[in-house]
Amino acid sequence: MERIAKAHVVVGGTAEGPLVKSTCPISFWGGVDPQSGSIIDRRHDRCGDTIAGCVFAFPEEKGSSTASAVLVELIRNGQAPAAIITREMPAILALGSIIGDELYCTSVPILVIDPASYDSLADGSRLRISERGEIRLVGNGG
Amino acid sequence: MLSGESGEADRFAMSVITRMANAVGASSLISIEQAHLDACALMSDSSLEFIQHIVENGGRVRVPTTLNMVSLDLDAWRTLGVPEDFGEKATRIAEAYKKLGAVPTWTCAPYQVFASPRFGQQIAWGESNAVAYANSVLGARTNRYGDYMDVCAAITGRVPYCGLHRDAERAATDFVIVEGVNESVWSHTASWATLGHLLGQEIGSGVPAVDGLPRAVESDQLKALLAAAASSGAIALCHLIGITPEARSLEQAFRGKRPTRTIRIGPEELRVCWEDLSSASEGAPVDTVILGCPHSSYHEFAEMIRCVDDMGGARVSDRVRLLIISNAPMVALARRSGWIEKLQAFGATLVHDTCPFHSPIVRSDASTVATDSGKCAYYAPGELGVHVAFGTTRECLLAAVRGKVIREEIRWNA
Repeated sequence: MERIAKAHVVVGGTAEGPLVKSTCPISFWGGVDPQSGSIIDRRHDRCGDTIAGCVFAFPEEKGSSTASAVLVELIRNGQAPAAIITREMPAILALGSIIGDELYCTSVPILVIDPASYDSLADGSRLRISERGEIRLVGNGG
Repeated sequence: MLSGESGEADRFAMSVITRMANAVGASSLISIEQAHLDACALMSDSSLEFIQHIVENGGRVRVPTTLNMVSLDLDAWRTLGVPEDFGEKATRIAEAYKKLGAVPTWTCAPYQVFASPRFGQQIAWGESNAVAYANSVLGARTNRYGDYMDVCAAITGRVPYCGLHRDAERAATDFVIVEGVNESVWSHTASWATLGHLLGQEIGSGVPAVDGLPRAVESDQLKALLAAAASSGAIALCHLIGITPEARSLEQAFRGKRPTRTIRIGPEELRVCWEDLSSASEGAPVDTVILGCPHSSYHEFAEMIRCVDDMGGARVSDRVRLLIISNAPMVALARRSGWIEKLQAFGATLVHDTCPFHSPIVRSDASTVATDSGKCAYYAPGELGVHVAFGTTRECLLAAVRGKVIREEIRWNA
């Protein structure tokens, strides 16, 4: 498996899933449906796509501090992303992931990578994430 | 607390605080002396399960703690048309937060009814407008605490030592000069909201230092400015020179640093921003009027009564719903003054404990909302799916009577 990046681990954990890569910052509050995991912000480039079970990459979080509660609700409903990759530390989503871990024993790994590594991520590719923040490409078809 | 010797709720809360300190790179924790919780306003299965887990495991606040809005008017929700299952769940959430030992203030303006932290005091507040007010007007120190960090801070009495809790991070970044504006403009709280909206747009999450404002300024005007600035932007501290306790002078606000940039705001910028806050034009039909975002104070009730008295017996149009939002203490004071009866006779619907963005009190077929709030004007199109007519309190009450957008002349230039 090809290692494509080593990330700074904000919230640790292992994960695997297809990459949904976005060019827009997002607020989970008003941006992601907590029941289905679909992106609902009409101004977002991935509006209509689901992030449930996917590795979701976006440049940075924005907006409401209630986004943490949306991630907790996604975790509760089994619709959370497999992992989150950003370029800037997403403190609000980190909080949601930690609360999800404490309340439902399920955290979402949150990783921060440098802009060059971020650019090298290919939308739709299958990624595996290690506890130490290594991001690997899983070969064609996994 | 972390080892669980004082119970699962303490362990849970302290684990969240220390893990967040690690996540944001804070090397130590500090004690806080007061908390204001926003998480009680959330309506979801996990928000109920979270607070039930805490309370059933013995969770109690360690510092004096007030509560932000809940998702319904706890007394009148049935008459306001809130669905039964929604009301039942919100009531259970409200009860759980009371068990936590918090004061049931149910308001987004705790600083006007109950909580008044001291200058320099370390606190942990949620609710963006309250955070901005605590930092900028009272000189207390808090970051914007999201859900459910606010609850964990209240239970442990500890937060990561970072951000606006530290001296260095409180230094102003941007210098804003307000000039050439006619003095009469500042008599409308809507003008302060407009300036706040502009600051939020321009500064984002920076710390502005604003010079050139009148020094004789009322709490409601600062409330309007800061609520708008914390909506269109993420402003948590705004140094108002001569008003903010730690910004007696520019030098003090910048703490020896240089501004990254200087922005000038004059009458034209304010006028354009005021118009941008509206999507409905003059004369367009209005079906809903919202006053009290953030919650109306006693003096804002007084202003409404002055406007109603001026209208010589006119009543709210039967095509319009006028919602006046506040908290129980202010409504009690207004009732003592005979104003609640008078506003109800005028045709207003009084709502307390909640707001239109947390509770289904605006009809789903509403199409145009008139409001004097910059915060409400910012959120209403996305959250309520409506057009907005932003204006003075008097313009909003005239719109309620005539059922259409009313504009009165404002002399902008000094």
